[in-house]
Amino acid sequence: MVQFIQQLVNGLSIGSVFALVALGYTMVYGIIKLINFAHGDIYMLGAFIGYFSFKYIAGGYGGFILALVLAMGGCALIGMLIEKVAYKPLRNASRITALITAMGVSYFLEYVMVYFFGAERRTLTAPFENTVFHIGEITFTLSTMIIVVTTIILMLLLTYIVNCTKMGKAMRAVSTDPDAARLMGINVDHTISFTFALGSALAGAAGVLIGLHYNIVEPLMGMIPGLKAFIAAVFGGIGIIPGAMFGGLSIGVIQTFASGYISSLWQDAIVYGLLIIILVVKPAGLLGKNKKEKV
Amino acid sequence: MALLTVKNLTKNFGGLCANSNISMEVASNELVGLIGPNGAGKTTLFNMLTGVYEPSGGTILLNNGDHEVSIGGMKPYKVTAMGIARTFQNIRLFKGLSVLENVKIAMHKDVHYHLAQAIFRTPKFYQEEARMEKQARELLSIMKLDQKSGELADNLPYGEQRRLEIARALATNPKLLFLDEPAAGMNPQETAELTELIRFIKERFQISIVLIEHDMSLVMNLCERIYVLDYGKMIAKGTPSEIAVNQKVIDSYLGEEV
Amino acid sequence: MKQSFSRKNITALLILVVSVILLSVMFGLIPPKWQKTFITACYYIIGALGLNLIIGVSGQFSLGHAGFIAIGAYSVGIIFQSNATIYGFALGTALGIVITCAVALIIAIPTFRLRGDYLAIATLGFSEIIRIVIQNLDITGGASGLSYLSFEGINDQGMFIMMVITIMLAILLIVNYVKSSHGRATVSVREDEIAAEAMGINTTKYKTVAFLIGASLAAVAGAYFGPMNFFIKPGDFGFTKSIDVLVIVVLGGMGSLSGTVVGGIFIAVMNTFLQDYSEIRMILYALILVLVMILRPRGLFGNKEITDIWKKKTKGAE
Repeated sequence: MVQFIQQLVNGLSIGSVFALVALGYTMVYGIIKLINFAHGDIYMLGAFIGYFSFKYIAGGYGGFILALVLAMGGCALIGMLIEKVAYKPLRNASRITALITAMGVSYFLEYVMVYFFGAERRTLTAPFENTVFHIGEITFTLSTMIIVVTTIILMLLLTYIVNCTKMGKAMRAVSTDPDAARLMGINVDHTISFTFALGSALAGAAGVLIGLHYNIVEPLMGMIPGLKAFIAAVFGGIGIIPGAMFGGLSIGVIQTFASGYISSLWQDAIVYGLLIIILVVKPAGLLGKNKKEKV
Repeated sequence: MALLTVKNLTKNFGGLCANSNISMEVASNELVGLIGPNGAGKTTLFNMLTGVYEPSGGTILLNNGDHEVSIGGMKPYKVTAMGIARTFQNIRLFKGLSVLENVKIAMHKDVHYHLAQAIFRTPKFYQEEARMEKQARELLSIMKLDQKSGELADNLPYGEQRRLEIARALATNPKLLFLDEPAAGMNPQETAELTELIRFIKERFQISIVLIEHDMSLVMNLCERIYVLDYGKMIAKGTPSEIAVNQKVIDSYLGEEV
Repeated sequence: MKQSFSRKNITALLILVVSVILLSVMFGLIPPKWQKTFITACYYIIGALGLNLIIGVSGQFSLGHAGFIAIGAYSVGIIFQSNATIYGFALGTALGIVITCAVALIIAIPTFRLRGDYLAIATLGFSEIIRIVIQNLDITGGASGLSYLSFEGINDQGMFIMMVITIMLAILLIVNYVKSSHGRATVSVREDEIAAEAMGINTTKYKTVAFLIGASLAAVAGAYFGPMNFFIKPGDFGFTKSIDVLVIVVLGGMGSLSGTVVGGIFIAVMNTFLQDYSEIRMILYALILVLVMILRPRGLFGNKEITDIWKKKTKGAE
């Protein structure tokens, strides 16, 4: 039982990082029907910004907040730039064309980083001492708690933006019907740009948080978590914001349990297997509704 | 015995009832019209009859020579193999392929060589390809598209695309043909030509045709019998002259004058 | 009509034999570094022809090619541990094709209900599962892989000739398939699945047929991979391997076999020039993907073939 709760705590902590990344996938997919393959690499860039900020600017709690702000701002800018340069010319292209482009962008970000910073792993200077707490026999680390709390704050903020602001309303309108939204006077390009900024900022924050968790950054670190975050988005129902939160936490917990109770060698295979089962059984995700192409 | 017998056919989408308790019959070599306001469930009915949707209830029976086969819920390609063909409301041609290829694809279900014979190019392959080529060209010349056989389907003018869709449907060798708004977007002259063409096809191939259409002149002057749908229910059936004076139809659809 | 076809076949055969001889003579004359390049090009082309059949012809976007290449490579690798002759190679390749077809069928049944990008992700997931399975088996040597896969009695030139013949047979297979009623049925799935189904085409069947042939070609490419590198490990067959092959198909043109051949040679030559700068190579791959998609989404050749130019000329003369 103790082990069970301990695994659950670990799973929720890693799952909240997946959830933050999954939110970006889901928002972008919701609005332009693109699997933004490069999204995992935005998260990697966020982790690098955090790494440099801790190393060269400041540590401590203030340093952590600063790193978070810098990573979110930096990633938002990069996300918008990528959208303008690579995806905007393909607005009317087939989904496959857009997906291949997104893969190209992903490769580009990864290997530009390898080119400038090398492929090796870098150890992150922790901004503060990672104190360990005990509640009964269950262990928490300070970073776990910071990860979960930061995630909750960011998700509340996102929920507010999407549901209560004008821009959020525009996002929902464009994702329902871009042409109708345009006719209603919504600036579709700005809205899409804003969505990329928002999603990328969350991925940037996730990057800083994962840095706290593993203490390691490297240019290819975004590939597998990116894929898992995508799986999380599909799991909860792609295009649905609560679905991504739910999916991220679920994938985190499932992965931790798979690794703890089955085998860490098979944990990834189990997550991929789960993806396939979801796609086949309920392609719209657990919280989604099935839609059929109109004939 | 009727060619097609539909009994109490129902389709629900979630809580929405798109078709409820529809019953209809189509006789051999008959021309039937299906009319009704937008959203009445006409295309949904077509989609059930051609296997695209699975009915929520009711039966669809197709007369297969000596006995009746239930085709409700059968996959579309199997329904086509049973002798039902269709066109689409929003033209769905194989746009990147030539006119001739469009027709040949529809003949695939009757091809008499298998994959290995195709890969090793046996004499049977050449023989069958020659037969298909000949039949496809014949069909195109009947539909007055023989001059365009090498063109990409996408490059045809709108009226010819509609004709090609009919040619392609005929290539599946159907007993029953469903036409979903064949005259949509056509000018009066094109519509008049189409009316003649449909009548000609019915006689030439000895098949039954069911058509959805909003153009009343076409329906009234072409169809032998008409069914009227409204809010997913069959509200009337009869000959064109009966439908023209049916009060329910006038109220829901036709307006004051026909 | 039949006669002209068989005459055409004999001419084609003659051209093939002559070009194999010419190519192998030329191969003997170039420096070893470039010999390696052309062997790599052949390997890429075989794999990419298979992927092009899946993506370009049947229109199903698969990202699972690495998994099938791995199955081919490991089948030959395992047989080579006891028998590294041409017979062992043939046996290993056949085994690889059989296993690949079985696995591809298992993948196809559930995933072909999916479309477009969802299918891409599902096949990617399957491919990763194949890799993880290989990594956790004993017979495949686990994470450390299999080594010393040198070919007994076949030198580089011999392997090159085998690969060129394989490519020619693969092209013949694909062309004969595509230009048959079954092939047209497969293309119709790419054009409009709903219309194809309404025209009596069992779309699932033809998607699966194209997928099995394409996956088998990936296995054949994989069979050559071991003897080419003397060493295989699960890490060689990650997601990146699928992208390598995808770059060739995208660059050459989805649906164009000649495009795939040119694309394969181009990428192999580029790799040789950038051997010592692997990051730059990857950055270039990335730029190729993005720029081709933005500027010429159907690839350099579109779905045209080199022979189309010649065909147009003869048509004009008629």
